[in-house]
Amino acid sequence: MLRAIFPATFLISACALGYEILLMRVLSIVQWQHFAYMIISLALLGYGASGTFIALARPWLEKHFATAFSLCAMSASLSMMLCFIVGQRVPFNAPEVVWDPQQFLYLAAIYLIFIVPFFFAATCIGLAFSCLRSEINRIYFLDLVGAAAGAALVVAGMFVVSPQTALRLLTFAAMLAAIAASLASPQRLQLVTVQLLAMIAMVFAVPSGWLEFQPSPYKPLSQTMQIVDTRVVDRRSSTLGQLTVVESPTVPFRHAPGLSLNSPYTPPDQLALFTDGGTMSTLTRFDGDCASAAWLGDTVAAIPFEVLEAPRTLVLGAGGGTDVLLALCQGAASIDVVEADARVIDLVSRRFGEFTGHLYEHSRVRVHTAESRSFVARSQTRYDLIQLSGFGTPASVGSGTGALNENYIYTLEALQEYLSHLAPGGILAVTGSINLPPRASLKLLGMAAEALRRSGVDDPGQRVVMIRNWNTATLMVRNGNFSVSDIESIRTFLRQRSFDAVWHPGIQRSDANRYNRLDEPWLHDGARALLGNGAGDFIKRYKFHIGPATDDSPYFSHFFQWRAFDEVMSLRARGGAGLVEWGYLILLGTLVQALVAGAVLILLPLSMQRPTETGGHRRQMGSYFFLLGLAFMFIEIAFIQKFILFLGHPVFAVAVVLSGFLVFAGIGSACARRMVQFATTLGRSPVDLAVAGIVIVTVLYLFALPRLFDQLMVLSPLATVVVSLLLIAPLAFFMGMPLPLGLAQTARLAPSFIPWAWGLNGFASVTSAALATLLAIELGFTVVILLALALYVAAALCSRFDTQPSPQGTDSA
Amino acid sequence: MSYSAAKFAIWLCATLGVLTLVCTAVSAQENDGRYQDRRAAMVDVVRDYATMSGDTRIGERVLAALAKVPRHEFVPDDQRRHAYDNRPLPIGHGQTISQPYIVALMTQLAAPDAGDVVLEIGTGSGYQAAILAELVDAVYSIEIVEPLADSAAALLDRLGYDNVATRLGDGYFGWVENAPYDAIVVTAAASHVPRPLIEQLRPGGRMVIPVGDRFMTQQLLLIEKTADEELITRQIAAVRFVPLTGER
Repeated sequence: MLRAIFPATFLISACALGYEILLMRVLSIVQWQHFAYMIISLALLGYGASGTFIALARPWLEKHFATAFSLCAMSASLSMMLCFIVGQRVPFNAPEVVWDPQQFLYLAAIYLIFIVPFFFAATCIGLAFSCLRSEINRIYFLDLVGAAAGAALVVAGMFVVSPQTALRLLTFAAMLAAIAASLASPQRLQLVTVQLLAMIAMVFAVPSGWLEFQPSPYKPLSQTMQIVDTRVVDRRSSTLGQLTVVESPTVPFRHAPGLSLNSPYTPPDQLALFTDGGTMSTLTRFDGDCASAAWLGDTVAAIPFEVLEAPRTLVLGAGGGTDVLLALCQGAASIDVVEADARVIDLVSRRFGEFTGHLYEHSRVRVHTAESRSFVARSQTRYDLIQLSGFGTPASVGSGTGALNENYIYTLEALQEYLSHLAPGGILAVTGSINLPPRASLKLLGMAAEALRRSGVDDPGQRVVMIRNWNTATLMVRNGNFSVSDIESIRTFLRQRSFDAVWHPGIQRSDANRYNRLDEPWLHDGARALLGNGAGDFIKRYKFHIGPATDDSPYFSHFFQWRAFDEVMSLRARGGAGLVEWGYLILLGTLVQALVAGAVLILLPLSMQRPTETGGHRRQMGSYFFLLGLAFMFIEIAFIQKFILFLGHPVFAVAVVLSGFLVFAGIGSACARRMVQFATTLGRSPVDLAVAGIVIVTVLYLFALPRLFDQLMVLSPLATVVVSLLLIAPLAFFMGMPLPLGLAQTARLAPSFIPWAWGLNGFASVTSAALATLLAIELGFTVVILLALALYVAAALCSRFDTQPSPQGTDSA
Repeated sequence: MSYSAAKFAIWLCATLGVLTLVCTAVSAQENDGRYQDRRAAMVDVVRDYATMSGDTRIGERVLAALAKVPRHEFVPDDQRRHAYDNRPLPIGHGQTISQPYIVALMTQLAAPDAGDVVLEIGTGSGYQAAILAELVDAVYSIEIVEPLADSAAALLDRLGYDNVATRLGDGYFGWVENAPYDAIVVTAAASHVPRPLIEQLRPGGRMVIPVGDRFMTQQLLLIEKTADEELITRQIAAVRFVPLTGER
């Protein structure tokens, strides 16, 4: 009957990884950003803590293997639902962390609550490994394939069903695993009865209201729904995010950032479109008569049309279509519209087609469903105007919410790509919010200047214009110099609308601060410095991080610098709270709680069971497993972040990279014994060979991946998944070897140290998920990967446990 | 029950009732005294911060209003212990009561004089309206979240702010019946400045708008309408953060 454990292992492993990906989605909806690093960390902590638990309770667990497996699977199933319900009700308010330290306790509570299902699922798998040693290869295979299948099914499934339904299916599958395992238990009758009842209860007795999302009341959608008479008119959920369309008949939206104070127009009716209840764009009523869109001509975003006649236009990330409407009514000859989310296109074209005047079906408009970067990479067309919106949106910059989000649309490489697709005299126009002290606008301007320099332009100041009102700026970067008549047209446009110039060729400082006055013309002074020869020095001396965001560190909205930390924190009570990036604080908080929780749940219980052998270098062994844990996760996290560019969405990147690493590291692990034979014939250490393999493949990738991504971004989504897995395969294959090689050596020299080996490895993994993200933000992915290689080399140096005699009694783990 | 027993019961109830009333009054007085001390401390903090920032924009009139308005009345019970901390606090419905420092700064920028008529867009808890009511003749305040509009109206009424009128509705078109206004204070974030509000501002009047999210006001927009109806817009960083380019 023990055969029933095999499908149970497959199912429970699939459920664990599926739940991990589901949680990332859920936290994006109820909180602000992707808490990917936190979910990965807490899943690993569940696995680490279960390893310790099994080590301590092994005799009892082995004696009651099938029953224990079944009970743990049942607990995993129940806790998946229970933790989903309870975790959402923790009153964690992310924006309040700046003011209220208690929020970190709530964050810790969320962290600890969501560990529980992973702990139980991991205990099932650990038990199977521990008790079915003769079937270890089969268990390992089922575990890995199950995990990969779970990730793939949840990512695909959430296109079809809601996250709540996905949760019910996962708990159902985990309970099936429990029932399967019960068949191998002497108490099968009692267990199966209880589990069937529990399954029925979860399907029929849990009110759907309990599973409803409880989004933060401070998210834009929650706040909008407080307004009298607002109502949701459409909601669509998928792996890519939850889209919600809201109408507000009594208090219309009238979303018009960048509108002139002098404008006599009121924006027409609008519908608000929210992604995951956060980022908002609008669908504007259009009756085909551009008179109703005249207000758009009075926004800062209209400036390119003062310089260009009937431009061939490309609108990137079109969303609800405001930029498209602007281009259409300002006389664009043709408009290529790029939007990554087909559901958004459907909303504008069909569901609200009457409302938007079938904007996307206009004869001059062509719509493309594609990621902006990949569309531009494969486009052969040269445009007169490329429009891009949304840099420094208030929701992401001021409050620091977006600081941790990888954004490959606003990187130096992306700007270079856009500029290379401009026809002679063409303009790249980027519109977004400005904040004080200036951060996003100056970072963008500095990046544009650097992109121009890299394409051989000596004096970027001749090709750049930036204008602003009090909350919005538009940057224009031209393929060619602005003429005197262009500048005159721009100045007239500014004067008529009471907008200010930040920069245009020939500007005087006294021209820069006329209508929307700052205490000092900070933006103009910054622009002058960034466009001049002293740009690098200015960036280094600036209090905030305004150096270029790159594909290696794609964090455009990250401005915080450690050297300004004390000053910023001391200023928060004097109106400076907006300068504190709370996303960054939460990441630090997650790192600290991962350290503490890892120590308490993994290492502290292990200290009750100290290794008995005195031989061997235990400190060396401990270091080896600790370093491997850090190094493995550094590479895995860096690859997840790097592959977002290629795969287009964080959830795809997490699913593909995690599954890829699991499967191919598993295969590598299974081949570890062959590596020992191979190394023996060469007279080398197998760990050295595996690490050499990791170093060679990784260094190759550091050089080749950016070029490969450039070339292959044109592939279909399915092909990019296959290519990603093929790229991950060789690296993960070698990365799967050092751990089993070390464990085999440890089992020979100091078997009682094995729980410690697992524990230290798990502890390092738990902390490294948050640490790797932190390092990527500060130093870039390349540095994180190089650090990982250094850690692997250091681990290889620690791997010769049995070559040196141990001074007895002096070693300790 | 005998007559004397009934008399004793009545006497006992009356005594207990009086004692309860006395205790409640003493406790309220103690609480009020404690809140007064904390309010004074809060005003000192705001004054100190203004001085530390080299910011002389917050004047004594505004500080006196801050010292008078019982902020603890405007926050939910579970937030009262923080009522006089210099920080924004949640008040339910996804809204906050602003940080006292920001309230003081916004009020000062609106430069209200005793005889002024002020329009507020976004009543929220009613605290900003109460501060303004201490300084001007009449305050008109509009709120779009119904429960907040109701509770703020009731609270302002209970606290005796007879010179504040509130209503539920769309602030975009202002409150034309009482226009023009000497000052308009917008306490909610806005994507653009509504034209009707500019039109309802008296020549020489000032409009203040915060920029940023609920817990973090980043900058303030001050629009001055000159006597000849020209608009001058000033963007004021909520915090004085200079110099921006420090030493490496």
